[in-house]
Amino acid sequence: MIPQEFEYSAPKSLDEAITLLGRGAKPLAGGMSLIPMMKLRLAVPDHLADLGRIKDLSYIREHSGSLLIGATTTHYAVESSALVRSKCPLLAETAANIGDVQVRNRGTIGGSVAHADPSADYPAALQALEAQIVARGSKGERAIPIDSFLADTFTTALEPGEIIREVIVPIDGAGVGVCYQKVAQKASGFAVVGIAVRIQRGGEKLSMVRVGVTGLSNRAYRATHTERALEGRTGTPAEIEAAANLVAQGVDANSDIHASAPYRTHLAKIHAARALAKALARAE
Amino acid sequence: MEPRLLLIHYLREVVGLTGPHIGCETSLCGACTVELDGQAVKSCTMFAVQADGAKLVTIEGLAADGKLHKMQEAFWNEHGLQCGFCTPGMIIASKQILDRNPNPTEEEIRHGIEGNICRCTGYQHIVNAVRAAAKAAGA
Ligand SMILES: Cc1cc2nc3c(=O)[nH]c(=O)nc-3n(C[C@H](O)[C@H](O)[C@H](O)COP(=O)(O)OP(=O)(O)OC[C@H]3O[C@@H](n4cnc5c(N)ncnc54)[C@H](O)[C@@H]3O)c2cc1C
Ligand code: FES
Ligand code: FES
Repeated sequence: MIPQEFEYSAPKSLDEAITLLGRGAKPLAGGMSLIPMMKLRLAVPDHLADLGRIKDLSYIREHSGSLLIGATTTHYAVESSALVRSKCPLLAETAANIGDVQVRNRGTIGGSVAHADPSADYPAALQALEAQIVARGSKGERAIPIDSFLADTFTTALEPGEIIREVIVPIDGAGVGVCYQKVAQKASGFAVVGIAVRIQRGGEKLSMVRVGVTGLSNRAYRATHTERALEGRTGTPAEIEAAANLVAQGVDANSDIHASAPYRTHLAKIHAARALAKALARAE
Repeated sequence: MEPRLLLIHYLREVVGLTGPHIGCETSLCGACTVELDGQAVKSCTMFAVQADGAKLVTIEGLAADGKLHKMQEAFWNEHGLQCGFCTPGMIIASKQILDRNPNPTEEEIRHGIEGNICRCTGYQHIVNAVRAAAKAAGA
């Protein structure tokens, strides 16, 4: 299990890293996806730019109603951050559910979204949060909504030479309840199905429902049929069940050694109902 | 040093620290776990160059002045090991649990060793050992 030879650079600044990317280098963040692939020689980059030594790329900050999270912020830093726990508990809950402690100590939010594994946890939460991914390249910076960022399996809207600098998530006000619920693969912990829910109650009615789904298909998506079925309702158990049953509507479910497509779809409905009920209880 | 040299190979073959083991080489078993700047990491899933300038502690570095670390003593007393293959990584991961939370529940202990596989003990004695170490430290 020895990777192919490569050139290693450890840029000290984002600009230096972008210059290296312009010359064909591939970013290395936590290495929790890239290094296993290099050991199997599924990835054979000629040149790695290690983002680990760029100091101002790992941070969690509050800024006008949002949380700004630097690309190399580890899963553990997110999970244990008092700021994230209080201002964006969905993200903290999701981070705590990724892999195992060692993976969370190294793996980063930027690496996770850039990798776009269809079974990764963060994308479900980021969909429910309608997050923005800030990418920077030699021509400047742009913010990409997560739904267009996640193009397909292992495929994102990043252009060659662009680097993820930051992830932006909203800070929710009072009356919002959230929940991340997943069925984990036994060995790795990746999601067979993962459901992220964010619900807001406005008086009797549910004024906002957001549901992000991962593991089920080629990419994490928003279950808009479920959302629309619940918005404006009061959230009775029967309404929740009916809405949860729409979670895979129009989606082509994956089949693999972990679960067949019909079983995955079944799991998604059950866990959507549970996550919705939990988030609703927390919104009270 | 070749950039592609994995940290576990550097530790075992260059430095001669054979405490951390190679169990799976696929990032799943945790036998290779070491502490990097106070954080448990799988040394088979890092390049040695990434650890340049960091403080590394392997199982060899836990005992001090001829005395075992509290976690090592607890594993011994509570029979937290049988064949011992997983133990060097398991103890580093267990130490991390108490470093972050001096009085963990059983569920928190099990969550904390999710990245470490043991084929012998069935985990119960490992959980007992972490509880015992927490008690010994005054929790
Ligand atoms: C045993 C194990 C279990 C795991 N279980 C889970 C799980 O349950 N759920 C889950 O979601 N994930 C899981 N993972 C994956 C883990 O979360 C990774 O940390 C994550 O997928 C990649 O992040 P990284 O920082 O390690 O990125 P790396 O592995 O360093 O990079 C991944 C990819 O992203 C690119 N990249 C990295 N940073 C940037 C950036 N800032 N801009 C542009 N491109 C970038 C790299 O070039 C590479 O292509 C697991 C991994 C392991 C080894
Ligand atoms: S040898 Fe590193 S995780 Fe198994
Ligand atoms: S004691 Fe044998 S593998 Fe854990």
